[in-house]
Amino acid sequence: MSKRFLYVNRKAPYGTIYALESLEVVLIGAAFEQDVSLAFLDDGVFQLTRGQQTDELGVKNFSPTYKALGDYDVNKIYVERESLEARGLSLDDLLPLTYEDEDDDWAEKDSIKLVSAAELAEIMQAQDVVLSF
Amino acid sequence: MLHTVNKSPLDRNTLESCIQHALKGSAVLLIEDGVYGAMQGTQKSPMVESAMKEVSFYVIGPDLKARGIDASRVIDGIDIIDYSGFVDLVAKYDKTQSWL
Amino acid sequence: MALEVNGKSIAVDEEGYLENRDDWNTDIAKAIAQEEGLDMSDSHWEVVNFLREYYDEYQIAPAVRVLTKSIGKKLGKDKGNSKYLYELFPYGPAKQACKIAGLPKPTGCV
Repeated sequence: MSKRFLYVNRKAPYGTIYALESLEVVLIGAAFEQDVSLAFLDDGVFQLTRGQQTDELGVKNFSPTYKALGDYDVNKIYVERESLEARGLSLDDLLPLTYEDEDDDWAEKDSIKLVSAAELAEIMQAQDVVLSF
Repeated sequence: MLHTVNKSPLDRNTLESCIQHALKGSAVLLIEDGVYGAMQGTQKSPMVESAMKEVSFYVIGPDLKARGIDASRVIDGIDIIDYSGFVDLVAKYDKTQSWL
Repeated sequence: MALEVNGKSIAVDEEGYLENRDDWNTDIAKAIAQEEGLDMSDSHWEVVNFLREYYDEYQIAPAVRVLTKSIGKKLGKDKGNSKYLYELFPYGPAKQACKIAGLPKPTGCV
């Protein structure tokens, strides 16, 4: 019986190690075929912004890896609307994350779902395990 | 005095506290996650725009780029500088305070 | 540790993975394959090149399950199965092929 896992991401990508750690745990955890969802709120929404270029910083730009999540069957990615708005961002500022739906002739679908804080609270409540980063 | 801030203003009150303690004629340099404080249209932009009347603001370009923040989204009047500009600022002001 | 290729010394870790991904070229790939006891055929190259393209796009080496699925999608069902891939790379397609491709060990591959 698979359990419902939610990874909660609240930190910006490069200032601390949390974002990269979370992504690595998600990828490793994906091998265990659980029901995995990701939530991005507060500064965590900055992890998904387009156009990141880290070459001058000498650190790895791991933002392209979020686009591989669909291949790992991680396709429920919740982004909190209030957090985006507080940062002057919209969905267009985020990476286009997609997956291919096995049950719908492999049609390409969006993984990101924009949700309100109230909806995200319900999503959190519905999990078996919540992991916070 | 040169103040440096390396925390996102949307995550911590570091920038807010720095601004409250920055005297007229001093400078604030936004580095690392502090560069989110240089963005237009966030909940914290009005605080920065208001502080800019008395304090000069600078931001590190490579830190903006790493985070995908285009120069066009930086608040008008904030100077985007590189690391040699950082060194120049440290040399220009008599002391530096790092807000962590 | 180091690997000698064409008179040049290439840095590798204790498991034989390249320390510096930019060092990679086809001669180095062949040398690593030889260490692994593999003779590189076109089928081997197909998988190695696929992995390099995957890394360029996503910045990770895919887990075996993901590799199998993605190979199947790109190169056909007859190649997208573990029997085919394990025949080419007996010690594990993700592990061995990644090493030959000059990539880090796949995330989640222990």
